[in-house]
Amino acid sequence: MQFASRKKKLVSNPKTELYTEPLQFYGQPPLENISLSEFEAFAVDRLRLLKTVENSGVSMVKRGDDYKKKLESELKALDFPYREDVEEPEKRRKDHISHFILRLAYCQTEDLRRWFIQQEVDLFRHRFKGLSPKQKLEFLHKNNLQYNTISGEEKEQLKNELLNSSHGVSGVSLEHDFYKVPFQDALDLVRTRKVYLKEGYAYIPQSEIVAIVLNDFRTRLSKALALTARSLPAVHSDERLQPLLNHLSHSYFGQDYSGQKNVGKISLEQIDSLAGKSFPLCMRQLHKALRENHHLRYGGRMQYGLFLKGIGLSLEQALQFWKMEFIQGKVDADKFDKAFAYNIRHMFGKEGKRADYTPYSCMKVILSNPPSQGDYHGCPFRHSDPELLKQKLQFYKVSPSGVNQILELVKGMHYQLACQKYFELTHNVEDSAFSLSHPNQYFIESQKLLGGGKDVKRETETPQRSQENSAAKGPAAAREPAAVESQHLAEMTANLETDFLKTDF
Amino acid sequence: MSSSDYDPACLPDLLPLYYRRLFPFAQYYRWLSYGGVQKSYFQNREFSFTLKDDIYVRYQSFSTQNELEKEMQKMNPYKIDIGAVYSHRPNQHNTVKSGSFQALEKELVFDIDMTDYDDVRSCCSAADICSKCWTLMTIAIRILNRALRDDFGFQHLLWVYSGRRGVHCWVCDEAARKLSAAARSAVAEYLSLVKGGEENVKKIVLTDPIHPFIGESLSVVEDYFTRYALQEQDILGRRESVDKVLALVPEDVRRELQQFFQNERNPEKRWKLIKDQARAKQTTAKKRHFDKEIMLQYCYPRLDINVSKGVNHLLKSPFSVHPKTGRISVPIDLKDLDKFDPFAVPTISLICEELDRLKPEEEQTKSEDSKEKENEKDTAEKRKNRDYKRTSLAKYVKHFDQFLDGLARSWKGELLRKSDLQKEF
Ligand code: SF4
Ligand SMILES: [Zn+2]
Repeated sequence: MQFASRKKKLVSNPKTELYTEPLQFYGQPPLENISLSEFEAFAVDRLRLLKTVENSGVSMVKRGDDYKKKLESELKALDFPYREDVEEPEKRRKDHISHFILRLAYCQTEDLRRWFIQQEVDLFRHRFKGLSPKQKLEFLHKNNLQYNTISGEEKEQLKNELLNSSHGVSGVSLEHDFYKVPFQDALDLVRTRKVYLKEGYAYIPQSEIVAIVLNDFRTRLSKALALTARSLPAVHSDERLQPLLNHLSHSYFGQDYSGQKNVGKISLEQIDSLAGKSFPLCMRQLHKALRENHHLRYGGRMQYGLFLKGIGLSLEQALQFWKMEFIQGKVDADKFDKAFAYNIRHMFGKEGKRADYTPYSCMKVILSNPPSQGDYHGCPFRHSDPELLKQKLQFYKVSPSGVNQILELVKGMHYQLACQKYFELTHNVEDSAFSLSHPNQYFIESQKLLGGGKDVKRETETPQRSQENSAAKGPAAAREPAAVESQHLAEMTANLETDFLKTDF
Repeated sequence: MSSSDYDPACLPDLLPLYYRRLFPFAQYYRWLSYGGVQKSYFQNREFSFTLKDDIYVRYQSFSTQNELEKEMQKMNPYKIDIGAVYSHRPNQHNTVKSGSFQALEKELVFDIDMTDYDDVRSCCSAADICSKCWTLMTIAIRILNRALRDDFGFQHLLWVYSGRRGVHCWVCDEAARKLSAAARSAVAEYLSLVKGGEENVKKIVLTDPIHPFIGESLSVVEDYFTRYALQEQDILGRRESVDKVLALVPEDVRRELQQFFQNERNPEKRWKLIKDQARAKQTTAKKRHFDKEIMLQYCYPRLDINVSKGVNHLLKSPFSVHPKTGRISVPIDLKDLDKFDPFAVPTISLICEELDRLKPEEEQTKSEDSKEKENEKDTAEKRKNRDYKRTSLAKYVKHFDQFLDGLARSWKGELLRKSDLQKEF
């Protein structure tokens, strides 16, 4: 952005003056001149930091002690400002500049923006909470953040409501101030019912002020990213920056399990036995539900359908597979062709915006779109009652001690680790040499162990290489170089079209 | 004349009549133009039609009431859905650079469907409903209506019967229409208590203290629980249903209750035993709420969150016909909520028949009208306005009118306030 294009202008501010605050709102872009190598190094480090933020958020209790420790040590290791750090302008400078570099890389599509904002917000929360009360007030003051407090009278009147609303907020008492803000400014607290709501206003205990600050941070960041996106053409004409930025944004997508290489390697008859041997529990559950009910609702169709595509079902096979099941249920062939076939072709990029969907990662399964009434999708380790999970594991012949180990991990909210434990126990390996992040990865690893590895080829390890490989994929390659980002943009708009279909079934 | 007279095969014959003479276009247009403050508001609104043979046509839009009328009369949709107000006219969305065609505003909507209650009602399943389980919808409306008004401060709530097995709510306040997707999902999650899919038995877990919103909702459920759950659904009568309820209480209590129940068959007394246990097992350190959790699991509204979340999500329009039942999607008057009977909602065949029956009388009026030498279009217009009034649709349109008057007052108030402010300065 600005600072990239103004590179020629040399501004040598005494850094100590610029970076007096331990934490900032990133209101002003840096104006100094930096070298391309520093640019790259900063960007890579921040990306690593944000990935740690993301991964810790999944495998640990957000805001728990482990989480805090993990983030602190990562901040320290990567030379970013961390808690005990008193005054380190160099680190603050790196924080500032690297944030703005990633803005450039992650402003390009809705998906990237959402990911970036989420991680930055989590990081900001962690750092804001680390400030002393005095520093917090200073921060509010310096950034002009003013929130209304309620009068003692009002507090007295709403006494019971206020106290009963702040579960989870330890030590809330009426001695402290309560802020009153439009509910739109405290969505996270509203969502989790951690505040009292009255006539459109949320009453927020002082200890939760971070929520409003974060909301502000999120809004500003999201506006800024939209603005940056508009000025992007200028940046993209810079041939030194563009490849770098593209590379940075691609690394978010990680491994590619879209399965284009395996097409046709699996026959429909194999699916039942594969489901028992090599499917992770989430997919096994969906498969079972589909066979029993001859129907799956939208969320299940997406999660399972994309997984099947990933293990190598072709479009024709997929159509046949789904149709065979559905017409045994309440749907006749005609209705299937009209309503559901569209949905399946859509997954293969043959309808609508022709986006090619990628199979869901564990993270996506665990975090987004939890199952509700009538749904079988989601992650059994995350979304089943522990009692049912226990029965299921027993039914699948997991030893009692194995069951206990798994349930322990679930209790600690380590869902993917629990799943990996299940993998080890059912495949008779002591220590599986991978770290589970994707249902399709589970499948591939299982096939490798069971000797089916020749059939179902393993996908590449690193994002860079998966890019290279996809370039050599033949027909599909024509679309690939247009960058993953446009694919994701298309997915967003494609989603828009399927929304309509979602409720009707 | 009863609904059983409706035959889906006749729909193609009835629809033209319905759209020509009965559909309340004037009110409909008045609603969706929201006072005409923004001219593009109606013009950029997406409509989608479902035509014969399940053909969906998305991204319809109209510049005027007249155009809307003409199109609907031409296409005779089996079902009408309303979508968002977009940045551009939806019927031109292909000509706009991709990415810049965006959904900007829409009413905040809720969809409650009886099929989502299948695990807790024994009278019917799937698409079927009866007057017993309809109580669930009554409870849902009461609870959500209160919360949307008192907690969120919304005032213009249009509740609509979906025509078959559920209800929709359209929150039409300006603030609601402008909510972001994130805000919509926060509101929907605040209002959702029943969590989990088929792999969860216990779908409600309460933490202490009980949030005022849940407290308020519980007191609504209490009004209906004895009659609905204990008597009509008999959840503590038959063996299997008792087991289902007991699966929701902690193990130690479950065993005790099973014992007690051997000597006590009366459902209401059994319920009292459960409540007593909840209170008895309560220590000062840890309160137990399993009685409340049971009440909520059986009666609390089950929202389809995905419908509420998206700004661009489509929802069946009021006054659309349900092709399977033939019933009109009519607004529900909350003043008479407890008396609302889905089976008394008129079907398209009924109101068309009522129209026919009135023919002779109408013939007369017509000739009088023409004597008055009025402009022909005017006459047709007037006649149409009178037409629905002579059918059972009238009282629902009247309620819709009242709702619209309320909306109109809100922006008049807004204008007054603005001019007052100006005077002050
Ligand atoms: S951890 Fe991943 S692979 Fe395992 S069940 Fe959950 S979502 Fe599926
Ligand atoms: Zn019923």
